[in-house]
Parts: sequence; C-alpha cells; structure tokens
Amino acid sequence: MALLEVHHMSHDFGGLRAVNNYSLNIEPGEIHGLIGPNGAGKTTIFNLITGIYRPTEGDIRLDNASIVGLQPYQIAARGLGRTFQNLQLWRHMTVLEHVMMARYSKLTYGLVGAFFGTPKRKREESESREKAQVLMELFGVDRFANQIVLNLPYGAQRRVEMARAMAMEPKILFLDEPTAGMNPEELIQMMEIIRRAHRKFGVGIFLIEHRMRFVMELCQEIQTLVFGEVIAEGTPEEIQNNPKVIEAYLGSEMVE
Amino acid sequence: MTLNLQNLLDFQNIIDALQWGSFYALIALGYSMVYSILMLFNFAHGDIFMVGAYIGFGIASLLVGLTVAGSLALPGWVILILTLLGAMCLTSIVGMAVERIGYRPLRDAPRASAAITGLMIGIILEQGNLILLGAKRRSFPEIIESQTFSIGGVDITNIKIMIVGVSLAFMLALHLFIKKNKWGMAMRAMAFDYLVVPLMGVSINAIARMTFAIGSALAAVAGIFFGMAYPVLEPTMGIVYGWKAFVAAILGGRGSIMGACFAGFLIGFIEIFVPLVFPSTLRDLIAYSIILLILVYRPHGFFGEPYSAKLRL
Repeated sequence: MALLEVHHMSHDFGGLRAVNNYSLNIEPGEIHGLIGPNGAGKTTIFNLITGIYRPTEGDIRLDNASIVGLQPYQIAARGLGRTFQNLQLWRHMTVLEHVMMARYSKLTYGLVGAFFGTPKRKREESESREKAQVLMELFGVDRFANQIVLNLPYGAQRRVEMARAMAMEPKILFLDEPTAGMNPEELIQMMEIIRRAHRKFGVGIFLIEHRMRFVMELCQEIQTLVFGEVIAEGTPEEIQNNPKVIEAYLGSEMVE
Repeated sequence: MTLNLQNLLDFQNIIDALQWGSFYALIALGYSMVYSILMLFNFAHGDIFMVGAYIGFGIASLLVGLTVAGSLALPGWVILILTLLGAMCLTSIVGMAVERIGYRPLRDAPRASAAITGLMIGIILEQGNLILLGAKRRSFPEIIESQTFSIGGVDITNIKIMIVGVSLAFMLALHLFIKKNKWGMAMRAMAFDYLVVPLMGVSINAIARMTFAIGSALAAVAGIFFGMAYPVLEPTMGIVYGWKAFVAAILGGRGSIMGACFAGFLIGFIEIFVPLVFPSTLRDLIAYSIILLILVYRPHGFFGEPYSAKLRL
C-alpha cells in the first residue's frame, strides 16, 4: 500500500490551469523527485498536497485516508513534514528552539506546569531536548544549538529547517529545492545528510530540485513537469534519455 | 525658574518616577505583545486599562465595604490579592472578547481596518462605562493602610514600594513565561511567520487569545495600582494614560517586550524630572519633545528591528 497517493489532481488559478491531471504514488521509504522548468507548477503541487491550496479536482490520500480539504496543520500532524524554497526560519530564535518548537504538540503540560515547573514538564522538556540533540547532530547543526539562526551560514540554515521538519517525526518529508543557493561543497554535504536521515528514519522523501546531478543520484523515481503536466516519469536513466525531457530543458532544436 | 540640584537627586522623585514608569511599562507590554504576534496595535488597549481599573475598583469596594460592615474580616493584603486576581481574570476575559469579536474577523484585512476597529472598541468601552456608571469620578477605596517610612530623610510609602516591586515581579514573570515554555516559544515564533507555525501544531487563534488575555491582565494590574496611588478614576483615563503607554511601546521598539518596559520607565522618569527643571505647565510639551527627538534619531525605538520580513500567506 502506498504511503502517499495523488489521483488525477488538477488546480485552476482563476482561468489558468496550473496543474493538470497530476498523479503520484510514493511507497514508504521511497525518494521521489519532481523536476521541471521554472513556473511549471512544482511548488503549486507541494502547496496542494500540504493543504495550503485546495485542489479543484482529484484526490490526495496519505496512509490510505483522503486529506483533501484538511488544514495544513492537520495534514502536518498526520505525518507530512516540509521545508520551503525560501527559508522559513524564525530569525531571532536559536537552533535548539527551532527543533524543540517542532515538538510543541507533543508537550502536554498545562498552565500550572508552565509557571511552576511540575515533574511532568521537566520530564517532557528533557525528553524533547534529547530528541532535539540527536537531530541537531544528525543534521550537523549541534554546534550552533544556542545561536540564533540569523547568524548561521546559509547551508546550516537549510539544515536547521530540515531538522525542524524531522523533529515532527513525519512519515514523508517534502523538500522544496533543498540545495537552492548552495555551493558545490554544501551540495555534497546536503546529499549526504539526506541519505543519512533517510537511512536512519526510513522516511519517504519527495523533493523538488533543479540540480540534475543531485536528483539523479538521490531519487529512485523522477517526474518531469512542464506547464502543469507530467511529460515524463521513471527512473533516473529513463528520464535522462527521454527526448521530451531534453526538449523541455534545452529547447527542441537540440533534439533534431 | 530655579534649578534645584538637590531635587534632581532626591530619592523621593526617583521612587515616583519608578511608580509612574511601572504603570506605563505594564500597559505598554500589552501593546507590544499584541503587535509582535499580530502586527497590529490594539488601540483599545488604553481603554482595557480603564476597564481593569474599574473592575478592580468594583471588587475592592465590595470587599472593603463588607469588611467595614463587619460581615467579612479580611486583612488588607488579602483584599489586595483578591482584587488583583479577580480583576486580572475578568479583564482578560474582556481582552479575549475584544480579540474574538473585533480583531479575528479582520485577521487578513488591511491593517488600517484593524486600527479603526480598535479605536471604535475603545470608544464603545468608554461610552459603555459612562452609561453604566455616569461621568462622576470615582475614588478608589483604601485597600492597604498607607504607612510612611523615613529612610535617610526620605519619606517613602509602603504602597509605592509594593507597586514598584510587584510590577517588576510581573514583568519578570512575563519574561520567564515567554523565554521558558512552549506557549512563549510559540508566541515568539509567531512574530516571524504564520506559515510554518501552524504546521507545528500551534493554533494561531489560541496564541492570539492568550496574548490578549495576558496583556489585558497586566493592564488590569496597572489600573489597580494606578487607583491605589492616585485614587481617582474617570472614564477617560484610558485615553490619557493609554496613549502615553502607547508612546512607550513605540519608543521601546515595536514588538519588543524588553523595550516596552525600558521605555515605560524612561517616560516615567522624563515626566517626573522635567517639571523639576522647567515650569510644570510645560511638562508634557517638553517631555514628549524629548521623546520625539529620540525617535528622530532612532525611528525603530530602542530595541526594535529596522524592518520586518514577516511573510503572510
């Protein structure tokens, strides 16, 4: 049974069909890539599945239950974590606070605990802190734990965002251009980190990316999106050799 | 106009300045907290301070009256605690209602609509008070008997010490609340975005409600202390002192908790010390010219950020 299924999803912005008849199938633990030129509708697909937009047509099923019409926080709570194309960090909060904040809904102490520090609060907070520590180490940001994210190098900020997403213990993680703006060194580091997280937690990953080398090395399945439609789908080798993909990326003259 | 240096160093004036600063700081905190998470100034907040003072007045009058009549035998400090707790609870309900009725429907509306709504809610609270209780000034009952201590030739009342001490304790408690627990963390995160915070399982509405409740409760504390120090209440008090606290919130830096406290005390000091040097009829003119001058050179206030990159979806 697939972890995430999208059936014939379409979405209109006013009169414009941004996504047309899109389907997707991600098995537990699979790494799936979405590529395509700028403006093809990749981030729109992310926003549709994560509940920021509601699809005009079609069905989205997470763990075999429809999530169409649910609020983004409800979908997140069902095990869908995400990072954003433009970093969405809380600039003046520390790295540790970012990761602990992601465990907000797992802290159940009440107002009394908040003011007087009951044993329950102490236990929950120290448990949260330990889990945060593990994640910060995994994503290589533990040495920045008590620094505000504003002061971190760009690559580290990206990794903080991923650590925060993973702290919610998702079943599937959406990464929107995880290597945007990174230098080659950071890129290799990021690839290694995604592999490590994938191995350790067995989390399914769905990623948007422009860097072909990154996508080809990491993903088992790749879809190519052009003007809101999937024009090619398959393994990295199949995608690399598909004339339609080459045309979309390089223009038709190159194919002829 | 004579400049009396002795006056400037007089401890009496310092304690007065701290007391006024406490009122302004407690009220300014409400403006700042709401601004930091919702990016709007709750212009009804001054009137919530007024409502808090009147609720405190009601509870204190009742308890003092019963004690005098002999049907209750409560010591003054118990009455004070009950008045504070009761007024904080009831005023925070008023604050939450203002948020629910006035601001939540306007969450995505232009900021100007929310500002106008705030002003209208303020007028409604003020006029409502006039209708209920009339235009008569009320004098706040004496909850604690005033005792004057003489320390090194300076006369200080127990009430002033209590007001400054308890106000500082509330500010410290708020600081710890925001720094140390999950709701405070959520409040701080909301200051940056509305996009990711809900994904963490945080309800934006619940945090907004809580912020209004805390801000209103602190305004109620300011109202009661104001009543105890200057025992006259009138329906327009919210405007007069609320606006000055609003100035403190701006001066401290929009959305900054620390800034609101600091600027609240600074305004207290400026207001007390300006009349020692200049004629007292020019007090506000000169005091607020100084503040204007500070803002010309520090438009973002003391602790404010030069820009806000909050993303809204």
